[in-house]
Amino acid sequence: MIRDITIGQYYPGESWVHKLDPRLKIIVTLIFIISLFFIRDFVGYSIAVAAVWITIGISKVPLRFILRGLKAIFMIIIFTFALNMFMTGGTVLVKIGFLTVTYEGLYRAFFMALRLVLLIIGSSLLTLTTKPVKLTDGIERLLNPFKRIGLPAHELAMMMTIALRFIPTLLEETDKIMKAQMARGADFESGSIFKRAKNMIPILVPLFISAFRIAQELAMAMEARCYRGGEGRTKLHELKFKKRDLAAAILTCLFLALIIVVRLKGG
Amino acid sequence: MSIIVKDLVHIYGEGTPYESLALDKVSMEVADGEFAGLIGHTGSGKSTLVQHMNGILKPKSGQIFVNGVDITAKGVRLTEIRRKIGLLFQYPEYQLFEETVYKDIAFGPSNLGISGDELDARVREAMATVGLDFATFAERSPFELSGGQKRKAAIAGVIAMKPEALILDEPTAGLDPKSQADVFDMMNKIREENKIIMILISHNMGDVARMCDKIFVMEKGKIVLEGAPDEVFSQGEFLKSRGLGLPPTAELIHMMRESGAKLAETPLTIDAAVEMIDDYMSERELGRPGASV
Repeated sequence: MIRDITIGQYYPGESWVHKLDPRLKIIVTLIFIISLFFIRDFVGYSIAVAAVWITIGISKVPLRFILRGLKAIFMIIIFTFALNMFMTGGTVLVKIGFLTVTYEGLYRAFFMALRLVLLIIGSSLLTLTTKPVKLTDGIERLLNPFKRIGLPAHELAMMMTIALRFIPTLLEETDKIMKAQMARGADFESGSIFKRAKNMIPILVPLFISAFRIAQELAMAMEARCYRGGEGRTKLHELKFKKRDLAAAILTCLFLALIIVVRLKGG
Repeated sequence: MSIIVKDLVHIYGEGTPYESLALDKVSMEVADGEFAGLIGHTGSGKSTLVQHMNGILKPKSGQIFVNGVDITAKGVRLTEIRRKIGLLFQYPEYQLFEETVYKDIAFGPSNLGISGDELDARVREAMATVGLDFATFAERSPFELSGGQKRKAAIAGVIAMKPEALILDEPTAGLDPKSQADVFDMMNKIREENKIIMILISHNMGDVARMCDKIFVMEKGKIVLEGAPDEVFSQGEFLKSRGLGLPPTAELIHMMRESGAKLAETPLTIDAAVEMIDDYMSERELGRPGASV
């Protein structure tokens, strides 16, 4: 039941996309997200969809696995679509009661929903193809220049690593506690919202206790292995910028240039 | 009461890269009043199997009949099944959540709709069965108890539901020897008083050999061996090649056989083993006069 959550999940693989330098992947994702907001017309969206499509193809992550991540924000997409469709003025297409659908509204609703979908797919591709450890490693390195103004880059990255690392652990723990309470006759599926919320107590109390216990044990284990933060710490896997990273960087620049050209010509 | 499992298949994470076949056409039968032991490696599917028996996990295919009723069929009332089959999870102390031990033990039975005097009687009875003194522990927070006491309180929470079959998933894991002995005493007591089906998952072969009528050995989601304890533990080579141990007595006899002693049976208690070795030694001395003195 609870295992269906895929946001932030890693899909193991050996593809070209998987092997890219995480620093580059983070920057590419940021560029992609920003470029989505430059797009205004059909040609631009076609380019973006094609870029995402090709990246998914190279990454070898099954499409249905990526689409499963969209399920969680399905309601938001529908809501955005409906809002844009009904609230935009222009040439009237259909009129149902007080709701009017305009040509412009439909056009805009479609593109807004598409932008949202691309946004989610683009960013989930990053987490799907990058191991959490590598991801935080990349973030740490990217934040390094800000150390001089007092930003604790290593500590932030470590906190993120730990948080990401323990999502599956806590999900598993929740699953275990839920099962144990179900075996004691607890019911999580029926009753009013108020009653359901109250029924969560037998899960939440043990879960919090587990979380504190895990945190304490982890702190002890880290201390026992002499962890003391970022100063002078070496890395097992040094990040190296390789030829394929350069190729990916050039492709990204081309993509951005294309988007800008289309925007300027179209606008 | 009987539990019959037929061709049960369970797959974890189907459709994800982490997909794994946890149960591969498992069939087993536990008759009324029987005490069954389930042994096997970590990850062999023991816990997954028992979690199907009260409807916590849904199988991919196959059936489970509790008292002749197929609990995998649609429209089966799961609360009814969970009342009948009590399942104690591994490390059950992590499921405690109430403010007092009393309230925590009452959680299960009150979910079944029991209240008032009946509820009070059940909590008292369950605490007496597991050996927690009512006056001392009833009003204490479960979180200030020791490990062994927490375990007992959690077990009481399941017993108070008065199940007709009790499944225990490694009930003694991580306990000190005294608490382990207490838990086994308690299991014997429940069995003698109620004659219910019990299923024990354990890594301690000595305990399984001593307590169970019937043993199932699991490996990679399949039952690879089943039978009475002496039958199962006479297969020393088979169990060892699968990384499983033997009860201490069977281990000793196994070693003696390997060094040439002709011993037919596999004793499971220390007394039986002593007697057998004694017989064997005196036989050997009779057979070789002059060797002694």
